[in-house]
Amino acid sequence: MKLKLEKIKGVSVIFIQEERIDAHNSGELKEYILHLIEQGEVNIIVELERVRFIDSSGLGALLSGYKNAAAKSGKLALACCKQQVLSMFELTRLNRVFEIYADLSEAVENEA
Amino acid sequence: MCNEVIQVDVIIPTQTKYLDFIGSIGEHIAKDLDDFSGDREALAYHLNLVLTEATTNAIKHAAQMTPKNTVRITIHIQDNELNIKVYDHGQGFDLETVPIPDFDQLKEGGMGLYFIRTLMDSVSYTKQADCNVLEIIKYL
Repeated sequence: MKLKLEKIKGVSVIFIQEERIDAHNSGELKEYILHLIEQGEVNIIVELERVRFIDSSGLGALLSGYKNAAAKSGKLALACCKQQVLSMFELTRLNRVFEIYADLSEAVENEA
Repeated sequence: MCNEVIQVDVIIPTQTKYLDFIGSIGEHIAKDLDDFSGDREALAYHLNLVLTEATTNAIKHAAQMTPKNTVRITIHIQDNELNIKVYDHGQGFDLETVPIPDFDQLKEGGMGLYFIRTLMDSVSYTKQADCNVLEIIKYL
């Protein structure tokens, strides 16, 4: 799983550098987020601009991150979802769980 | 109306790195179908997703049980019917007992079959002599 981590205004922003999140790389993403949270980085934004495909295991990895961040009084939000990726969150009603922002600056302003 | 006949038959090792390849086949088929009047981009995503989820399931089942470490996937399109079959060599499961996810208490797993059932028109899982077959039908 190629990704990039940046700290912006105190928020850890994970830039996913893959077009596809599926059962091949979602385990790695899940572990990465979990590790970040264990290090005390509990305010996280996952930037999904490059992602054009996500499957159930990818949604599961993000949901795991959300739950683990929430358990430590933090939050995991999403930014820059493509329409078809967004439709996956809608289909599973996960759009009611995650805060999903159209652009990153808006996400950082609200989550910082 | 789709009057073409397409038959694809692929055998892959039970490794998740091949999911992209299998999903891409579905996406290409959707994009190249003649005379399809629906939302082509949505169909492309849905076929990619359904093939990915079904193959992931087959890989997971197979990994535990058997040295016969391949998954076979067939895609057949004829007379407006798209038929996907995924053959696994695992222990099998009862499709009817797989619950619909609880959306108020969503868990990390169990969404794959929900996607297949929701996005396609018919799903069945049958145990045969030497393998199990997940059969998925979508009317175009």
